[in-house]
Amino acid sequence: MLVSAFTWTEFAQQIAAGVREGAIYAGLALALVIIYRSTRVINFAQGEMATFTTFIAWSLMNNGLSFWAAFPIVLAIAFVGGVAVERVLIRPVENASVLTIVILTLGLALLLNGLMSMIWGGQNRQFHGPFSTRTIDVGGVPISIQDIGIVVTSLALVALLALFFRYTKLGLAMRAAAVNPDSSRLVGVRVGWMLALGWGIAAVLGSVAGMMIAPVVFLDPNMMQTILLYAFAAAVLGGLDSPIGAVVGGILLGVTITLLGRYVEFIGSTLKLPAALFLILVLLLVRPGGLFGRVAVRRV
Amino acid sequence: MKRKFWLEVLGFLVLTAVVAVLPQLVSDFRTREFAIVGMYFIALLGLAILTGYNGQISLGHGAFMAIGGYTTAILSVDGIYGHAIRDLWTIPIAGLVAGVAGLMVGVPALRLSGLYLALITFGIAVSFPQLPKKFEGFLGGTTGNILNLVKPPFGLDTTPNRWLYYLTWGIALVLLAAAWWLLRGKTGRALQAIRDSEVAATSSGVNLALYKTLAFGISAFYAGVAGALYAMATAYVNPDTFAIILSVYLVVGLAVGGLGSLGGLIAGAALIYFLQNHADTVARWINHLPALELDPKQPGIPSVIFGAVLIIVMLLLPTGAGGLLRKLLGPLTSRLYTRS
Repeated sequence: MLVSAFTWTEFAQQIAAGVREGAIYAGLALALVIIYRSTRVINFAQGEMATFTTFIAWSLMNNGLSFWAAFPIVLAIAFVGGVAVERVLIRPVENASVLTIVILTLGLALLLNGLMSMIWGGQNRQFHGPFSTRTIDVGGVPISIQDIGIVVTSLALVALLALFFRYTKLGLAMRAAAVNPDSSRLVGVRVGWMLALGWGIAAVLGSVAGMMIAPVVFLDPNMMQTILLYAFAAAVLGGLDSPIGAVVGGILLGVTITLLGRYVEFIGSTLKLPAALFLILVLLLVRPGGLFGRVAVRRV
Repeated sequence: MKRKFWLEVLGFLVLTAVVAVLPQLVSDFRTREFAIVGMYFIALLGLAILTGYNGQISLGHGAFMAIGGYTTAILSVDGIYGHAIRDLWTIPIAGLVAGVAGLMVGVPALRLSGLYLALITFGIAVSFPQLPKKFEGFLGGTTGNILNLVKPPFGLDTTPNRWLYYLTWGIALVLLAAAWWLLRGKTGRALQAIRDSEVAATSSGVNLALYKTLAFGISAFYAGVAGALYAMATAYVNPDTFAIILSVYLVVGLAVGGLGSLGGLIAGAALIYFLQNHADTVARWINHLPALELDPKQPGIPSVIFGAVLIIVMLLLPTGAGGLLRKLLGPLTSRLYTRS
């Protein structure tokens, strides 16, 4: 691979591409963090759940709906699906070991992945997004409208969620249930349902990420697998229990990885993921809680 | 405890007898299938030592199998300085190479617990298939390396599949005995103490760093041996031979076999092989249920069945086949203990 001459325009374009990737990672990482904060579980099925709902969107659009008409329907389906997963699969093993729950979400990922192949087939599909791929001139740098749309949509969703958690009673109850379930129960918060709600919101976040990235890559059952790993990395980078960390981590990771892939010849496009994981490993060794996370000190 | 010891020895002898007789009863093709089950069994033994007994989650054992498989492929075809090594002798080397890789992962793993470790090891599994593509000259790229077909050595008069079967199960039984011996003594107690409470283990004088790293190394050694055998069986290695999903399947096998039992792992290994290669049979069984019509050859069926089995096992039978067996035999054996 030959690294061509460096230009500032291209550098800016790479950063824009990195931010777009990062916005997707941020959305999915936030989904992981919301579930982790409340249930102390990493949902390995988050990616497949997102892809599954994206396929539903594809089917709806194939049947004549426009993207923005399908969008709310898909989000509603994702929400109900997320709540159902928590109720049916996670709740019965609430107090089981980490390994049990990890295995359970892996099982769900396999199941959903297989179902997608069965229903929609394994081949790549073109997913027509809501944004045009035409480029516009931003300060002398051509950037595609699609990239801008993805970043704006993802960040708007994050902002909406922040407002929800900060300013509504339900949001407060959810935060309380995550931080101290026992005391919350005493003051009348229905902790079980708050957890289910968290899974629902996470599923919605994932499905938005899926519908945003599908026009960029092709839609197939394995679409989110690598993206989920980057999202894991982003969540760990920001600190697994920090929502702000997930967003900052996502964008930071997206930009870093895009730049490394472009300008470090050895990494190129094949070693991007290993490079990302190596960065995370080093970070974890130096700062076990991630950038924004806190390391829990346990009393024994 | 004496009686438990002899019961376990008895179980081992019965298993050895079954393994020895089995190829006489089934076709050559089935013998090959059982050989591959044996390879999964070896890998699962390693994973059980690490995850089941030591509590360190690894979602990346497929990568250690790949290291073993590639070691065997490179040594038996290209060899060292042009001297190809007979495939049989590459097996221990493959185990050692994977074991060293395991120790190298084990050191940073000391500082990562639970979910973080699961994530990083999963990352290793996902990253590994990229390496052959990057270092094409050495590892063969996406096209992979072709190995020589397995041949019975020393002029033994038997079919290649039978040779592979006896080789695999011979190694498997030795490694099973080794794991059993390791886990029933001081090391096993230390590993389990760490799993149950790191703080309590440290306070009782268990060297946390030593045992946790050791568990990783031993576990990877097992996976490497399994990978070497697997490469010999398929006579071909490329990034897809040890796909990412293999690591997940191994965890499935471990969960189904039971986290705290060695014998139950055979059931887990059989399940991995059976579901991967005979998912269409399972689909045909399911079709006997009312209101279901599956096309056995449809893509995705293996994943759906794997996933469903995994979920059902975790929800209904969290201790796996080994745990079920113990529960069924429990009244019998505990009766024996109390009498002694």
